[in-house]
Amino acid sequence: MNADAPATARPAVELEGITKRFPGVVANHDIRITVDPGTVHAIVGENGAGKSTLMKILYGMQKPDEGTIKINGTEVSFRTPSDAIAAGIGMVHQHFMLADNFTVLENVVLGAEPKKAGALDTARARARIEELSSNHGLHVDPDRLVEDLGVGDRQRVEILKVLYRGARILILDEPTAVLVPQEVDELFENLRELKAGGLTVIFISHKLDEVLSIADAITVIRRGTTVASVDPREVTARQLAELMVGSELPTPETRESTVTDTVALSVSGLTMEADGFRPLPKGTPVAEYTAGLRAEGRRLLLDDVSFDIHRGEILGIAGVEGNGQSELIEAIMGMRPAHGTVELAGADISSWSTLKRREAGIGYIPEDRHRQGLLLEASLWENRVLGHQTRKPSRRGVWIDRRAAKADTRRIIDEYDVRTPGVDTLALALSGGNQQKLIVGREMSGEPVFLIAAHPTRGVDVGAQAAIWDHLRAARAAGLAVLLISADLDELIGLSDTLHVIYRGRLVARLDPSDVTPERLGGYMTGAISGSTAEPAEEEA
Amino acid sequence: MPAGLYRALLTVAGAAVAIVLAVAISSVAISVAGASPEAAFAALFNFGESERAVVNGITSMINRSVPLFIAGLAVAVGFRMNLFNIGVEGQYRIAALCAAFVGAQFSLPAPIQILLIIVVAAAVGGLYALIPAVMKVTRGVNEVISTIMLNYIAIQLAAFLVRGPFTGERAKGQLTTSTPTLPESAWFPNLNGLFEMFGLPAPRGGGLWGFLAVAVLLGVAVWVLLERTKFGFEVKASGLNPMAALAAGVKPKKMVIAAMVLSGAIAGLIGLPEILGDKHNFGSNFTPGLGFLGIAVALLGRNRPAGIAVAALLFGFLDRAQGPLQFANVPPSVIAIMQGAIVLLVVVANEITSRMALRREERRAARQLGRHTPVEVAA
Repeated sequence: MNADAPATARPAVELEGITKRFPGVVANHDIRITVDPGTVHAIVGENGAGKSTLMKILYGMQKPDEGTIKINGTEVSFRTPSDAIAAGIGMVHQHFMLADNFTVLENVVLGAEPKKAGALDTARARARIEELSSNHGLHVDPDRLVEDLGVGDRQRVEILKVLYRGARILILDEPTAVLVPQEVDELFENLRELKAGGLTVIFISHKLDEVLSIADAITVIRRGTTVASVDPREVTARQLAELMVGSELPTPETRESTVTDTVALSVSGLTMEADGFRPLPKGTPVAEYTAGLRAEGRRLLLDDVSFDIHRGEILGIAGVEGNGQSELIEAIMGMRPAHGTVELAGADISSWSTLKRREAGIGYIPEDRHRQGLLLEASLWENRVLGHQTRKPSRRGVWIDRRAAKADTRRIIDEYDVRTPGVDTLALALSGGNQQKLIVGREMSGEPVFLIAAHPTRGVDVGAQAAIWDHLRAARAAGLAVLLISADLDELIGLSDTLHVIYRGRLVARLDPSDVTPERLGGYMTGAISGSTAEPAEEEA
Repeated sequence: MPAGLYRALLTVAGAAVAIVLAVAISSVAISVAGASPEAAFAALFNFGESERAVVNGITSMINRSVPLFIAGLAVAVGFRMNLFNIGVEGQYRIAALCAAFVGAQFSLPAPIQILLIIVVAAAVGGLYALIPAVMKVTRGVNEVISTIMLNYIAIQLAAFLVRGPFTGERAKGQLTTSTPTLPESAWFPNLNGLFEMFGLPAPRGGGLWGFLAVAVLLGVAVWVLLERTKFGFEVKASGLNPMAALAAGVKPKKMVIAAMVLSGAIAGLIGLPEILGDKHNFGSNFTPGLGFLGIAVALLGRNRPAGIAVAALLFGFLDRAQGPLQFANVPPSVIAIMQGAIVLLVVVANEITSRMALRREERRAARQLGRHTPVEVAA
């Protein structure tokens, strides 16, 4: 399955023996890739396989320690991204780099403005942008503000940006990660047009179905090196996945239902305003107040959110990021004031502090472990204490019980297979997967009754992902109630007992994970399927 | 080598390099000022010929270091939480004035009298620091701005009070005004006995201030508080990652108020060594600037009590040489240049060495695990 250039034309990009070392880690090792001009070439690999490093090298953000890069047959050496841009390479980052308060036109020309007498030559910029968008089927109104655009449109602006700078080779870093299925289809239509226009697209992804539907050639990266180059017509998703993972695939499926009748967490009428918390007028019920706000046309971050989670149940929340998931977590954790009530095991905890809620048995795996979950410059045992500083075994009176905390950290390291030299190692020295396993172990400590798991396997390797899924399943079987928030639809469908969709702060649909397709889920998530009348709930076992 | 030992050695090595560089920079400055660097450095180490002169030199160095150490501790408590209490200067002045005035109003047995004065000083300093803390948590006022402004208010207020309501009787021919003199029960016994134990003569003047013992105890207490208690853990967590601390149930507002008041309370004690050990009042010629120097001392000592002690002694050592430098025909402002150069270079060195230590730690973890080695190419 070697797809070396068919020798019809010089390859657009040729990477030979690229190796890049970081202290103690070989990020890339003897990478060999040949990309033919006018094709969509996919590079697939798991999180942490080395795709991002490779793309940074190709885009001039990092220098390889060994190996050569040839663009259109000429050997090049990029020192900065400007060199790469000059050679006709453009990069569309996974996270958009757009100025929200600028128009599309201003964003596209930013940094490469055509000038007339020192001022921005709007007419020339507009003409060029319109030419590019009609040639490549990238339709966006140049005068709209970027903040008003949807995710798909923003991505088109990013592509226009690199085309505007004369790119003939486009690198798209996980472009579908932020898109719902319908938007993915539109993106692929755009990519086919670009290809027809003679451009070369390097498409980085780990979503195999998408890769198989769009790519003309596929290179698989595993643990920092290229393990195979395959023809998408000759390979199945299953085979590709096995090349990528190198072993048997983990699946997030939960087996039999363990849902009980006991409600562990009950949320009702949770409402949060966008422009700050105002106390409820005396004597007004929350529902009435919320209706009033809605009638006034106020933007609500959370709009009358209600659900129950039973012991032994995993309740999944699907939604495009930024539709109220973070606010929901903050409201349940007591980190941000909201209207409505939160009950934990029958007790109204709405007015409790975060600390008291944690002490009452709420565990929290945060969505961004570096921002909310860890003290990177502190040791592992101190990270074990974090969030448990007022509880056994970390505390003894006013003191931190160092010995007990260290011992319990060792227990977590063993039980959760955290790979670390010891408990005194600083958290930043661990890989993402091991950091996450430590957090999962910490949050499962002290017998929680309810766990918030926000993107629990984001940015971790396959092994850690499978382990974390196992731990969640085991805890569920032991009677833990879990609120699972994730952008990974497979994870959501596979782990959840009940699935809700959140859209603009409202729970718009309640679905049965056993017979929902990612497409239908995507429809609810974008509001394409109007969800005010959710389908009837499935019977709970 | 254990990671902790490696980090400590690296820090010491970094500080040593920084001091050597600072000496080089100061030599250039001294030469430019038209003096001889050799003479200047000889003066630094010249404690005098006689035993008594040496004892006097050491005493004045330590007496200078004690308030600097307390000031460093006060600043460090805030720094640990990324709170920049620039107001130590104002807090110690107003606290010293109030303590001196209140202490002169009554006469009790010595231990109680002194304890009361210490409590008053800490309370006034803490209360004065409460103002910027409350402004920060209720209105989001940046503590740097508010504490700087409050410094001006405190300094002017102290100057007014010492001339007006709090002024004591002025002795004939005395040019300065001051609060009433403290009763003898408030005079902190000196530690001259330490010298006599080694058969050395006692220093002249007020001698070795007994408040040194309080400062040492205070340093130990602050270390225990920051390194071993739940409160200290919450301070550390809030400083390293406020978002994570919030998610862990640490109340950010409570922590800001607690850390700021603690910092102010410690700051309140800065003036006491001088008042209780030597002057026995607060006068218009009271030593200024200790709060600002405390910032430099805390930086130099990396916010750790042991480091702050070393830094305070270094500053005391340099400040002691003001006199000998003048005898050696070197402008004494050279000391300020050296102190500035040392602080700057040590801060840079600290940054470099801590990065080196972090990188080493990452490498060590990666090596011990050996998981990142690439696998065999399978196709």
